[in-house]
Formats: sequence, C-alpha cells, structure tokens
Amino acid sequence: MNSPEPILEARGLVKKYGQVVALNGADFELYPGEILAIIGDNGAGKSTLIKALSGALQPDEGEISLGGERIHFRSPRDAQRAGIETVYQDLAVAPALDIASNVFLGRETRRRGPLGSLLRLLDKRGMRREARRQFEELGIGVQSIGEAVGNLSGGQRQGVAVARAAAWARRLVIMDEPTAALGVKETGQVLDLIKRVRERGLPVILISHDMPHVFELADRIHIMRLGRRVAVVTPKTHTMPEAVAIMTGATPSELDNALTKERSAE
Amino acid sequence: MGPTGTLQVVRRVITAPTVGPFIALVVTMAFFSLKTDRFFHAENFSLVLQQVMIVGVLAIGQTLVILTAGIDLSVGTVMALGQVIMTKLAVANGVPALPALLLGILVCVGFGVLHGGLVTGVRLPPFIITLGTLNIAFALTHIISNDLTFTGLPKLELFWGRTFNISGTDFTYGVVLMLVLYALAWYGLNQTAWGRHVYATGDNREAARLTGINTDRVLLSVYTLAGLSYGIAAWLLIGRTQVGDPNAGQTTENLDSITAVVLGGTSLFGGRGTIIGTLIGALIVGVFRNGLTLIGVSVIYQYLVTGILVILAVSVDQFLHRRSG
Repeated sequence: MNSPEPILEARGLVKKYGQVVALNGADFELYPGEILAIIGDNGAGKSTLIKALSGALQPDEGEISLGGERIHFRSPRDAQRAGIETVYQDLAVAPALDIASNVFLGRETRRRGPLGSLLRLLDKRGMRREARRQFEELGIGVQSIGEAVGNLSGGQRQGVAVARAAAWARRLVIMDEPTAALGVKETGQVLDLIKRVRERGLPVILISHDMPHVFELADRIHIMRLGRRVAVVTPKTHTMPEAVAIMTGATPSELDNALTKERSAE
Repeated sequence: MGPTGTLQVVRRVITAPTVGPFIALVVTMAFFSLKTDRFFHAENFSLVLQQVMIVGVLAIGQTLVILTAGIDLSVGTVMALGQVIMTKLAVANGVPALPALLLGILVCVGFGVLHGGLVTGVRLPPFIITLGTLNIAFALTHIISNDLTFTGLPKLELFWGRTFNISGTDFTYGVVLMLVLYALAWYGLNQTAWGRHVYATGDNREAARLTGINTDRVLLSVYTLAGLSYGIAAWLLIGRTQVGDPNAGQTTENLDSITAVVLGGTSLFGGRGTIIGTLIGALIVGVFRNGLTLIGVSVIYQYLVTGILVILAVSVDQFLHRRSG
C-alpha cells in the first residue's frame, strides 16, 4: 500500500531546552495518502517533533526532507508555503473574527484592480464564497459563514480549524490533539472530518492520547519514547495494550501480564 | 425579507458591539439636557467636539495598541513633547512651519517605533515600557521648552483651530480631521488584511504566529501608527490652545484616552473592539466633562468621576471576558 518514497522524512532530530532533551535523535516518515498517528507519554517529544515539522521551532540537529528535498523551516509560514498545514488543539482560531476570515487568516485575498492593489480592499464576498465551498466539500454544516467563531461550539470551532487546514494544505496536514477539548459527539464529527481529509488524498499526521481513536483511524502508528521513535506499528499487527507497553517502556513480563489481563477480560 | 431575516437584523443590531456605548452616550446626553438648559445647544456641541478632538485622535492610537492586548500610558506626554518641539522650532529656532511640524510628528513616531521595538524585540510588557517613556517624554518636554510657553506661532501650526460655519454654528477643521482619521482607522481595521491581523494578534499572539501571521511586524506597525496619531494630536493641540504649552496635555489625556477606548467597548484583553466604539467613548468622556462643568461640578470631582467610570467600564469588560471564556 505504501509507496516506497516518504513524502515527509526526518532523520536524527535533536532539540534541547537547557538541560532538558526534548528530542534525542528522532526519526520520522510519512507516506502519501496515509493517516500516521503519533503516540507517546507526556514528555516523550510528540509536540516538539511536530513543531519541528511544522516550522514552529527549529531543531538543533538533524535533517528534514519534504518530497525528497532537504528543507529548513524558519517559521510556520515557511512550512505553510511548502504546503504543510497544522491544526492545534485549541489555538489558531481567532474568536472575534468570522468563519470566512478565520479560514483566510494570514492569506486574505484582495479585490481585483486598483481597489485591491492600491486601496488594499479585501474581497470579503469572494472569501466567503470560497469558505462556504470548502465547508460543503468537507460536509461541515455551519449556519452562517459570517458568524463570529467565538459564538460556535468547540466542535464547530475545531471544524473551522480542520477546514482551514484542508483548504490550504497541498502536501499534508498535521493535527495536534484535535479532539482533546471536545465532547463525544463533537469528537466523532472531527474524526469523520479527518477521514474525509485523507479521502481527498492528503496524508495526515495525527497526535492523540486516545488509543481507540488512534486504532480506528491510523494506517500506521509512530511510537515516541524519551525523545526518540521506538517503534512503528499498525493496528493490524499490534493490539492497544502492546502499543501502550512499547510507549511506556514496559518490560516483556509486564507486557505479558497486560495481554493476559486483556484476554481474560474478553 | 422574511420574518427570520428581520429577526436576524434585529439580533445583529442588538448585539452589535457599538450599541452599548451608544446607549450610554444617549443616556449621558439626556441626563445633562435635563440638568441644565445650557447643554442641548449647537454651540455647546461644537465646543464638546473641539474638546474631544485631542483625546479622540489620541484614542485612535490607544485603540490600536489595546486591540493588540497592550496599553500605552505615554500618549499625553509624547503628544506634549511633539507639540513643544513643533512650536519651539518655529518660534525660537526660526524653522519654517512645515519642517517644524514634520519633525515634531517624527519624534512622536519615533516613540512609537521605540515602543514597538521593545515589545517585539526585548519582549517587555507594554505597561512598563510606556510607563518609562511617559517619564522620558515628560522630562524632555520640560528640558526642551525650558518651561517656557511659545506664542506667536506660524499660521500653519494653528490651522486646525480655524473654524468654518454650518448654519450659524462654528466648527473647527480639527474636528473634521479627527473624523477623517477615524474613517481611515475604520477602513484599515475592517477592510484590509492588516486589520484582521491586528485582531488575531491581540486575541492570541502565539496562535496568530502559528497561523503564519508575522506578529512582530503587526505589533511594530500598530505602535508606529499609534505614535503617528500622537504626533497629529500634537498639531491639533496647538490649534486648540493657540500656543505651545509644556504643561498642556499631560494630566488628563492619558487616562481619558484609555477611558474612551474602554467605554467604547474595546477589551483590555485584546482582540475585541471597534474604532467607532472608541469615537463614541471619546464623546462620552467629552460630554461628561462638559456637562459636569456646566452644572458647576469642580474639576477635582471630574477626576473622581472619570476615575470611577473607567474602573466600572473595565469591570464590565472583565465580567464579559470571564463569561465568554
């Protein structure tokens, strides 16, 4: 299923904050068309890894390549220009602005002709039309595209963030705990959205704590521990307890115990 | 338009952020109209507008700064410094009016650039930076002026105090300039990408940065434009007082500009507010001062009232902020 060439690849990433080593030689691959989940305990380096991949921070060592080419992102904007969009768990949506403005935040389009070039007038109507089209394509129901994002529910807000990412990503989408702050029903909606993004052919990197979601969605699971990638498994080859055991560094006997428990529970 | 359409329009109007301040303005005006029959006259309104134009223009800069979750305590003293430079150069140094004015404005812009540079480069809190520049500008005003008042100013420097007549009532050109500046600020904030970036940066600087907005550039532009508005206010101040007075514009303007912004519904937490609200807020402050003077309340009590007013307005803001999370 996987083509041999990864679309995004990282080798030996190191990031230190003073004495703390957040990334300690982490490797990473993302293949076209897949949902890759990243799991790991708190402090395992998940967030640091995706921040390095999305340009939010710069690794001290190591290399990243996109489509086979070495890249150096100095800011999130560089990553966006390269076609990488990121959804943060509760960030990056401006509540005072309406939905269309949020989708176009940072890449607003201006009116044609002198109104746009000289007076820098925004093409509000065009942006709303385009945002509405995006929402329909992704099957997100929103009453009014002119509604301030602050008036939306948590799930709808996250829907805006996902739609925004899907609208602009040309290469891949990164999602950092997109459902962490949501209720059950809203979580389901966002998970559906993530599947639809993959159906559009965009590979997705999904960071999540929620093992059932990870096992439901992911094609492959990248497991982080102590700043490194310790394993890549798939929902077909490994069970949840096995993945958790690798993640927490449980000894083989502890793993056996966990598996016995699960079997006796069945 | 169907019934739901009408309902939506009604809802829009009721929830529009400028409605609260507007009602407050109307209530204030009604109050003073009942209290004294000297209030509700065209000449008195013209006077209120003249009194408002200085604080009104300062409040434009203050609005931009507060929208980015900052605050500028130095507005009044920076304006006073600009005014002293403009008048001293023209009177004592024989510099022609235009370059004297431009230099004064440039100094105010320089303070704005300094604020923006320290906020983005050194990442200091705007409160501390502008508390420092408040004192620096205050000291420079008195050092440069030698505590002298400059009179016999060139015509160009006094221009904004000149009046024109509409059906028997005199209005100053300065008031027109103020309204034009508000229109420009409205345009920038509501019709350009820059405006959206100002709101987004004020709402959450890190989130805006991660969205791909160059937040440092946004903040630098905001503080620089704020400095420009203080420079223009300095020129208006000369038009209003007709002299270059080192003691002008230093006592009430700082708090009044903040009061105007807050009364106008702009949140001190950043990201929420309107420029039209600020204009209404400035009018409320102006009407209050004018009305209290007309009914014979002494200046000291006016301080008392505006002090209470600003704390009340900030409390409402805090309350709304908690509720909306």
